[in-house]
Amino acid sequence: MNNPHDWLAEHSDYLYRFALARLRDPHQAEDCVQETFIAAIKSQSFAEQSSPRTWLTGILKHKIIDLMRKNVREVAASQLIDDDANMDEFFDAQGHWTDKPQDWGVPEDALQQQQFLKVLQSCMDKLPAKQHTLFMLRDVEETDNDEICKELNITPTNAWVMLYRARLGMRKCIEINWLKG
Amino acid sequence: MLSCKQASQLVSQSLDRKLNMRERFALKLHLFICKYCLRFSQQLAAIRVALLRNTQAIENDASLTLSPEAKARITQVLNNT
Repeated sequence: MNNPHDWLAEHSDYLYRFALARLRDPHQAEDCVQETFIAAIKSQSFAEQSSPRTWLTGILKHKIIDLMRKNVREVAASQLIDDDANMDEFFDAQGHWTDKPQDWGVPEDALQQQQFLKVLQSCMDKLPAKQHTLFMLRDVEETDNDEICKELNITPTNAWVMLYRARLGMRKCIEINWLKG
Repeated sequence: MLSCKQASQLVSQSLDRKLNMRERFALKLHLFICKYCLRFSQQLAAIRVALLRNTQAIENDASLTLSPEAKARITQVLNNT
């Protein structure tokens, strides 16, 4: 069965969810799915030994990562570093935590775990686009740090600072919303 | 002795690169005596795990579907390709 129209009916919802889980923006997710099918129809490289879904997901992954890179690159590099270097929000002049990390407890049952994921999602939604993308590139896609630097044209130090800033912000947001719940 | 700011930086960087021996030692010492930075470290690990779990949950959420409009559009594009 090599008919792209059958693939569309069978796999497009899954591919859409796969993209949405990483990109957050439904329009970008739709565009990635569309480009994946265009690439698939043009390509003759589908090997029968892999499932169409696996093959299509592989194409989609590349489309998503290309888009993520573009998302991050759109902000000028110098601008990134200026606002990332400012950690006053998190530490005082002596380098002590201004908001000491609190005990989150251990989410024990499935319900609590689900609530935690809900908090996590709401905090991901609030992150600036650049930080969201960095989280996804680094923590979900496990993109190599060297690769991130090369693609974004930044130094390793800049990448560490940007990721550090993103993690501090994410942690604080989760803490506020999780302990309030 | 590291400040919490420095220690938390190393905690974050340890997720992105291999710390050298001196950094590892300084961080270990700090985490041994500072429960807040230890928590920070555990929380970053928890966030990473939850992020992966959440991504999988969205992938498997059958209530999220590509809109009929988008499907129609893609069908049209494929017909013209």
